[in-house]
Amino acid sequence: MSKITAEKMTATTPAPIDVEAIRADFPILHQQVHGKPLAYLDNAATAQKPDTVIKTLDEYYREYNSNIHRGVHSLSERATAAYEQSREKARAFINAGSIQETIFVRGTTEGINLIAQSYGRSKLRAGDEIIISEMEHHSNIVPWQMLCQQTGAMLKIIPINDAGELIMEEYEKLLGPKTRIVSVGHISNALGTINPVRRITDLAHAQGAVVILDGAQAAPHTAVDVKALDCDFYLFSGHKLFGPTGIGVMYGRQELLEEMPPYHGGGDMIKKVTLKKTEYSDLPAKFEAGTPHIAGVIGLGAAIGYVNDTGIERIEQYERELLDYAVKSVSAIPGIELIGTAREKASILSFIFGKIHPHDIGTILDHEGIAIRTGHHCAMPVMEHFRVPATARASFAFYNTRAEVDQLANGLEKCREVFG
Amino acid sequence: MFDLKDLYQDVIVDHNRSPRNFGKLEDADRTAEGFNPLCGDKLNLYLKLDDDRITDVSFDGSGCAISVASASLMTDALKGKTLDEANALFSSFHDMITKDKPQDAEKVERLGKLAALLGVKDYPTRVKCATLCWHTLHTAIEGKEATVSTE
Repeated sequence: MSKITAEKMTATTPAPIDVEAIRADFPILHQQVHGKPLAYLDNAATAQKPDTVIKTLDEYYREYNSNIHRGVHSLSERATAAYEQSREKARAFINAGSIQETIFVRGTTEGINLIAQSYGRSKLRAGDEIIISEMEHHSNIVPWQMLCQQTGAMLKIIPINDAGELIMEEYEKLLGPKTRIVSVGHISNALGTINPVRRITDLAHAQGAVVILDGAQAAPHTAVDVKALDCDFYLFSGHKLFGPTGIGVMYGRQELLEEMPPYHGGGDMIKKVTLKKTEYSDLPAKFEAGTPHIAGVIGLGAAIGYVNDTGIERIEQYERELLDYAVKSVSAIPGIELIGTAREKASILSFIFGKIHPHDIGTILDHEGIAIRTGHHCAMPVMEHFRVPATARASFAFYNTRAEVDQLANGLEKCREVFG
Repeated sequence: MFDLKDLYQDVIVDHNRSPRNFGKLEDADRTAEGFNPLCGDKLNLYLKLDDDRITDVSFDGSGCAISVASASLMTDALKGKTLDEANALFSSFHDMITKDKPQDAEKVERLGKLAALLGVKDYPTRVKCATLCWHTLHTAIEGKEATVSTE
């Protein structure tokens, strides 16, 4: 290879992740469980936190804990500044147009409920239609069922095929002039499928519907650009992005957010209150009633900083290779059947293992130091589609290693030994 | 440190592989359905009674090794018992797998084969798997129509 070609390659291909250096930043990973080194493969449930996030939370509580947006004292000014800097980081992370479009919520679940109750309840009428998919997490099903009960709107479901991919032709058939909302996951938590969200959005917009993307599983694994996706709302949770629990982000297009009534009433979301009437705050405060999770927001800012410093493209590249390796290793074990074999997949390996119940797999793997999730993954319709009561799910982050995948494969052999 | 063999004793593995009293009792006097939404365990319990004595009992459904083995062992233990005796057995069994204290050897002895489930005590998330069949039994005895859920 000539020198020029080599230089060109380094210019276009990001340097690979140094996984040992990354792991050194995550204190929790360095422990033993049942006498075995911990292999934490439950990242789709919640991800671990780097030192910088833990230190940021510690520093906030030790040095400048105070309420925001209203104090004139120094601690409050410092907390307010840190809180709003995190908002700017969150905005830039998903390329939202402005901080007015970047609202802090408790998490993806609260964000979807907010949209359903504020946008949905004020806009939808009996006979209107909402489209979701068969692979959604319960948090992207139940709020819409509730809204349908309240408004008389109808819920339509995009079916999936046996690889765990949306059947796009069926989606196109469901769309029509009555479609008002399309709400789908960017990446499926139970199957790992990466959905063609830009195409979903374009088709919905052609019918005048708004599009909500549940990004809880996507934000930690792939670059999110809400302008490029052209969605109307996007949601993600901090705790799956290496940040604290109880904090998340809702992106919404400004025109829509302006029109929407507030979700919660209270302090911080008002300009003026008399006993007869209230004038609401401008965005984003209109949707942030009450004292928010200040530490969570500041911690999330630190987590976003960590992901940015690592580089989301490098993370994506590393995880793709790790998933390929895991798919090869695990599917080579006789009796293993993968659930979810979409062409486009991210970081999630859902499987069943002969007649061994996933719950038993989970307990036996725990004894081998391996943390996985077993159950229906809050996606019971997916389980129904594949006619299984539950699956075992290993889900990866960029601090996981091939050695941990080997540990998983060995653990599965142990399951076979126990149940022979 | 817990030894995995304490949980998955040979008796458990055996009853999971070949569950006893498995299948529907067509002429059951009482039936009840149990469901554990956390892991998707489902079971149906069928009781045949002569006055207040259990003359036959069976179950079907699907679940993890602990829940299947527990139902299998339970149905074996219930045959010939009165409803009061069945309730008393449930109470001792429940104590055995939930109370964090040294076990009374005599009580464990009285539980017979059910004692194979003693290891569940060290796995709080699995206690529900072992007790699902017993809660379902309770519903069947009470004669309630509702589905029992562990959540």
